[in-house]
Formats: sequence, structure tokens, C-alpha cells
Amino acid sequence: MKLLAGMPQAMSPVVTHYCPGCSHGVLHRIVAELIDELNLRERTVGVASVGCSVLAYNYFETDFVQAPHGRAPAVATGIKRARPELFVFTYQGDGDMAAIGTSEIIHAAARGEKITAIMYNNTIYGMTGGQMSPTTLMGAVTATTPYGRREENGQPYRMAELLAQMPGSAYVARTHVADVANIVKTKRAIKKAFEAQLNGLGFSMVEVLGNCPTNWGVTPAEANRYVLGDMVAYFPLGEFKDVTKEVLAGVRP
Amino acid sequence: MEPMMTMMKGNEALGEAAIRAGCRFFFGYPITPQSELPAYMARRMPEVGGTFLQAESELAAVNMLLGASAAGVRAMTSSSSPGFSLKQEGISYMIGSQLPCVVVNIMRGGPGLGNIQPSQADYFQVVKGGGHGDYRMITLAPSTVQELVDLTMLAFDLADAYRNPVALLGDGLLGQTMEPVSFPPMREPADDKDWALTGARGRAKRVITSLELNPEGLEALNLKLQAKFAAMEAKETRWEEYRCDDAELVVVAYGTSARIARAAVDAARSTGLKVGLYRPITVWPFPHEGLARLADRGVRQFLDVEMSSGQMVEDVKLAVLGRARVDFYGRLGGMVPTPREILSEIQKLMGGEA
Repeated sequence: MKLLAGMPQAMSPVVTHYCPGCSHGVLHRIVAELIDELNLRERTVGVASVGCSVLAYNYFETDFVQAPHGRAPAVATGIKRARPELFVFTYQGDGDMAAIGTSEIIHAAARGEKITAIMYNNTIYGMTGGQMSPTTLMGAVTATTPYGRREENGQPYRMAELLAQMPGSAYVARTHVADVANIVKTKRAIKKAFEAQLNGLGFSMVEVLGNCPTNWGVTPAEANRYVLGDMVAYFPLGEFKDVTKEVLAGVRP
Repeated sequence: MEPMMTMMKGNEALGEAAIRAGCRFFFGYPITPQSELPAYMARRMPEVGGTFLQAESELAAVNMLLGASAAGVRAMTSSSSPGFSLKQEGISYMIGSQLPCVVVNIMRGGPGLGNIQPSQADYFQVVKGGGHGDYRMITLAPSTVQELVDLTMLAFDLADAYRNPVALLGDGLLGQTMEPVSFPPMREPADDKDWALTGARGRAKRVITSLELNPEGLEALNLKLQAKFAAMEAKETRWEEYRCDDAELVVVAYGTSARIARAAVDAARSTGLKVGLYRPITVWPFPHEGLARLADRGVRQFLDVEMSSGQMVEDVKLAVLGRARVDFYGRLGGMVPTPREILSEIQKLMGGEA
């Protein structure tokens, strides 16, 4: 009998702490499969952020370091500068990257650090109990917007589009993992992001729209419908920057 | 480069010493009065195959340091008081993660933005913790440019030996002072850390974290750290005694204050007063032992001199434990005491006012 799907080698055979229905597991698996497929397991250092994914280091069979809240891109910069032969990625949530860590991510992109940042955008702080994040949609009820997000809280902004503007970014995309077709597309995007780093082209980032059934107070199926509906409507999918083709064709030095 | 004797500014000498200690990664952010150090590194690092990176903030700089240290290389960052405040988060994480590095604080007047004059007002912040949690770090307080060089070399070795950040605590005056200095020969960077993140080639993965959700586990980590701090106290306490043998009054001062106090001690001696100087070289671990011995031997008065409102004086009082009188003289806000001022304090105290 042929084994069609097994545990990726880059994934630890342990039970995760994630809530039922949460998409972090899907995204972890995509990353681990790509680490296997690109044969990176023995040269990877991952950087875990603060938030639900802080324990990511328990789930990957690669070297890992845990960074202070928001500072993962700076930590990744230090690792990559010290050992350029390593493959370095950060795994951050929207609170981590778009709130407390805006400065670090923007400047890592501006410097063209040869690292890959993966952002799991579920528009909420999960670990701390469902507070508003910078990407929370208008009107959404959270622990800190009990009457719904209003103008006074500011409006959600789009991280991928922002980072695509940075001169040092090589590949920036937004995808989601709420259905099978888009899980496949997400894997394709993250692969391009990894290859951008491996080819030394600069900074790469993939923003992945994900769910949070627990803190949204809905079932996993309802949560995925929110991703496919309201979230995709506000956060358009696509590749916002891709210099891979030009550079590989020799257009840019 | 061969060992050399040259005139050099404190901040630049510190940079050269770090390079000679095998440091090849420097992450900085400009702030006066330490700016010559990153500028020196920017020029010098490319010459030795190292990396200088100007970060977007002190927070980014200290976390780049965290990353480089996790990757197993010798790395350093430097700042001055307000900037050092921002670096405390990263220092706490590095101590929790057991990562070695050297952090420099060339102190200036505070609080707040304060000014850019020399000060010693960050003693509490650097020596007593500063960042969150329950931690210590060896803090070296040089008082001459030559000692700045020697202690910078030592700082890297101590950091690696204990897998803990080590602080160099100077002030604007030391950083800006130009003096003749000689350097030890260049050491090659070592690459032999068996805990470093280098990619799990042919071995099990390694994880570096300061997170331990289980309180029993975190207590165990804390106890391990405390045992390390106790070992530092037992082995790494350093101080210097000057003309203390028959002293009746001993001035206690570190860094720039100690240098000025030394001149005051000589002046007092020339008028026949029996005065000595006790200079902590490590302000953490604080050298209680030597001070206690002086108190036991019959020194009746101690005069603590600082460029602050009297932060180290608490440690001096603890060391003396009521066996002698402890007085304090300090200047604040970036004012530097003169030898004459300190001499006048000594004369006042020895004039029989006790």
C-alpha cells in the first residue's frame, strides 16, 4: 500500500495547543512541507513571536528561537547577518506584526533583509483573550471593542500592501487557508517567498488570512465563512510584489 | 594589527577592544555621548570581515543582538541612558534565554531626555535589574581608557563563560576622554558554542526561549539562573584599594567619580590626612567583602562619591552594616564633582563633626 500523506519530517510528532478549528495547524503544515520539499530542515532557524504561535518551536523539527513581542524581524535579522547560509523565517500574528512590531517589520523589509515573514492574520489577539488588533474589521466586537470597532479605534490597514511598497521587498502576497483551493495557493505563495530568500533577492512576506473560532465566538465553519466573506472583501488576495521573474531574467542586477 | 600604544578616545578604544576580543557583529543606534562607538564600528567592522548594522531603534538593535547571539557569534550593542532604557526588554529576554552578549551604557544626565553630560544616574537601572523579572548581570565599571579596553576584553569572556549578558558601565566623560592606550593582540572569533542555532544538521533541533508556562519549570529555571549569579558573586567580584592601609576615612567611588576622588585622596594625604580610596570595578557583583574588611580593621568613616543622588551608597551601607559611619557626596544632572569639592567634604568629615 502506498502512503499518500504522512507527517512532514520538519514537523514534530506532537499534539498542538491550538483550539479546535484554528487554521494555525494548516499553516504550520504548509511551512513544514515546504521545508522538506526544499530540503531546508538542516539549515533552518525559525523565529517564534509572542501570541498563539509562541509555541511554534514545539511543532517544527528545526532550530528555533523565541523573540519578544513584535521583535521577530529584528531577531531574524541578527541571525541571518550572523549566519547568511541559514534559512530564516519569522512566524507572526497580526497583533505581533501590525501593532507592536510595525517598526521592526517595515525596516527589515526596507533593508531588504533576506528573511521570510509569515503573518497569520485573524484580526484579533488570540492568546490574550480576543482583543482588537490593527486588522480588526470595522464594527467587529472584541474584548476591547465591546460596542464594535468604531472610527475612534482607527481603521484596519493592509500589511501586505504596505510592505510591498518597501524598496527591499522581493515578494509579498496575501492568501487565505479557509478552503482547499486556497490552501494550495497559499503553499504556492509561501514557496515563492522561500525561494526569494534562497535566491538572495531580498525580503519576502506572505500574509495569510486565518480564523479564530474561539475568540470570534463562532463555529469553525462559520469562522471560515467570515474569512471568505468579510475578510477577503477588505483584504484582497494576490501578489503585491514579485521581483522574482525580473531578477531571474536578469532585468534587475 | 600588532599590539600598539596609541592616543584614543574612550568610545573608540572600546570598539577596538571589542573587535580584538573577537566581536564581529555590532548593532547600534545613535545617541550622545556614545556615538563615536557605532561610528568607529561602521568604519572598522568591514576591515575585519565583520558586520555593523545601524538599527531603526534601540529595541531593534538589542533584538538583532539577541538573534546574532542565538546564532552563536560574539556580538555587542551600545547606548546611552534613554536608549539603554529601551534595551532593557531585550536584556531580560537574553538573560531568560541564557544568551551571552556585551551591552554598553555610556551614561548621561537624566531623568527623561535629561542632557548629554556625564552622569552615573543609571546605577540602579543597570546594576539592580532594570528589565523585568529576577535577574543579574555582571557590570564592569572602568575608570580609565586603558581599563575600558581591558574590561571590554574581559566582558566578552565572562559573557560566554556564564551565557549571560555582561554590561560595561561608563559615562560621557570616560567615553570622550582621549588617553594613551595599548591593545592586546587580535583574537579570532570562536565558533564552538554547543547550544547555538546553526541549523539542525545531523543533530536534534535546538530551541532557545525564555518562555516556560509551567510555574514549576520556570522556578527551576530561575533557581538555575540564581545559582549562576551566585557563582558570579563568588568568582567575579573585583575592586581596587588605593592608599587604604592606614586610612581612617575611605572614599568609595567607581568609574569617573573614582578617578576624580583619587586626586582628592592624594591632595588629602599631602595635608597629612589618612585617606584612602575603595573603587568597585564590578558594581555587580558589588565588592562587599573588601569594604567589610576595611570596616572591621577600624576605618571609622566612609564617603561615597557619585555623579547621582546616591544610588551605590545603599550597597556601601549594606557592606559596612553599621560598623562605621557612611556619608555621601554627589553632583546631579550631568555636573562633575571636582577634586577640590571632594577634598572639602573629606576635610569637613575629618574635622571632628562625627
